[in-house]
Amino acid sequence: MIEGKTHVESLDARHELQVADVSGLAVEVPPGSSVRRMTLNMGPQHPSTHGVLRVVLELDGETILSARPEIGYLHTGIEKQFEVKKYQQGIPLTDRVDYLANLNNNLCYSLAVERLLQLEIPPKAQWMRVMLCELTRIASHLIWLGTHALDIGAMTVYFYCFREREEILKIFEMFSGQRMMTSYIRIGGLALEPPRGWQTAVSKVIERLARGIEEYHELLSSNPIWVNRTKGVGSLPVDLMLELGVTGPMIRAAGVNMDSRKDCPHTSYEKFDFDVPIRTENDVYARFDVRMEEMRQSVRIVRQALAGMPSGPWQADAPHVLLPDRERMKTQMESLIYHFKIVTEGFPVPEGSVYQVVESPRGELAYYVVSDGTARPHRVFMRTPSFGNLQSLGAMLEGVLIADSIAVMGSMDFVLGDVDR
Amino acid sequence: MLPEAVGQNPQVVALAEEIPGAIVDATVAVDGLVLGVSPKHIESVCRYLKEKEGFARLSAVTGVDWWPREPRFEVIYFLHSLARNARLRLSVRVAEGESLDSVCSVWRGANWYEREVFDLFGIEFRNHPNLERILMPSDWEGYPLRKDYPIHGHKYSYQEE
Repeated sequence: MIEGKTHVESLDARHELQVADVSGLAVEVPPGSSVRRMTLNMGPQHPSTHGVLRVVLELDGETILSARPEIGYLHTGIEKQFEVKKYQQGIPLTDRVDYLANLNNNLCYSLAVERLLQLEIPPKAQWMRVMLCELTRIASHLIWLGTHALDIGAMTVYFYCFREREEILKIFEMFSGQRMMTSYIRIGGLALEPPRGWQTAVSKVIERLARGIEEYHELLSSNPIWVNRTKGVGSLPVDLMLELGVTGPMIRAAGVNMDSRKDCPHTSYEKFDFDVPIRTENDVYARFDVRMEEMRQSVRIVRQALAGMPSGPWQADAPHVLLPDRERMKTQMESLIYHFKIVTEGFPVPEGSVYQVVESPRGELAYYVVSDGTARPHRVFMRTPSFGNLQSLGAMLEGVLIADSIAVMGSMDFVLGDVDR
Repeated sequence: MLPEAVGQNPQVVALAEEIPGAIVDATVAVDGLVLGVSPKHIESVCRYLKEKEGFARLSAVTGVDWWPREPRFEVIYFLHSLARNARLRLSVRVAEGESLDSVCSVWRGANWYEREVFDLFGIEFRNHPNLERILMPSDWEGYPLRKDYPIHGHKYSYQEE
């Protein structure tokens, strides 16, 4: 089950390295030694680590004594790249941080820069952003559900989830021309005008999802194997989780009511009626329950957005920030000048700094943008939810069985691009 | 004497009375108050804010390189209080080669964030349980997020060939 290099080694300096036997046959134990520990490298290439994560496990039999996550395999220096790009060129970089929740990352960065620029975003753009971010949340949770269930051995759910996710990606393609790296939320509004007929397409998908979510919840929650594998596994004291930086569905499954959409409303989330699901069991099953309920709430939000989408412009009135309409560029001199200036020089952002927090599917996502008054950011720091969540892995795996570690890691729902940046 | 931006904020005034000389600067950013803390007081200020003011969470720690200005680095702590639904930023200015006290004993979660700041900026934290590189390989030379570090890295510089 476990891939990678395995070797047996005695931590006790008095004994030489013991006979390596990974096939499960008897290993000679020298007289007098009571502890025989094995160090096992899980990853960097392992299907259940969902990316390139290496966990160094120290085992006593099948029990994990300590676990040390080693990260950085996907570090691409995105924060450094921000510093040589103009503000608007940073948007495609934000897509690639958390590639399962790209629109939430677009939104967070755009909001941060918009706050420094003090731009007013029209209601239609805000509602559209909310709708797309909630669709992203559903798509991201579907991936989590499918892969998490697959890790534990329930294969069918995986195919259902990816089938439904494809429908959401088709919506994104309809809006932006891209399935995954959409870059659709831009500084000052949206990248393109919402396409004709989007209401019909979104409502069709959302009705299908509403039925689907119930089905998949039933499929797993009435499965005794699933319940036995997940209940009572992977808990930590709540205080410790808070201190270690755990956020999102994980902390809400531990009974802490913390959701940036409610705590510091942005993008007119305060105008939507939705609940923040809380569970107190603090185990893998509770996290599953919270995320399933979140998907239902997201469906609720999308329905409200469909019903009450305001009319009006979908971009802010800021010609010095937003690229002009292509048609207007051919007839109006000002548009041509603005286009030339934005593309060649960019737009200066007033000096200052901002820490913008939004709720990504994985938890608290924040962008810290420092401007020195030029057209390029002085520093962009991404507080990514997966990084904080993964920090608790070591403490969470202490004393559990290897087989349970798969369930625990699946319940964290980390994205390694989000961890390593 | 407290900076003007603090005004009549009772929490900050209490903090300044409790730990004299800790607050050296204060500015109001678009998203709230930023307190400038003197480097030698950062651990005690954090402990006070956690225990007395209810900042149970440390959202993140990061750095900014202001080269060629002096002191060169700024280390920023993002604090979050769930009970009061409040956020606070602490900013510490550090010169090159200067080290800071780790706040791992206050919030255990500072561990990885301080390692990241050490890894990318080369700022050392005293009393850190495990101050090693975290994102870059352990044998990497240089600190990538410093402003004098080229965007394409040192090892792949075409000019030197």
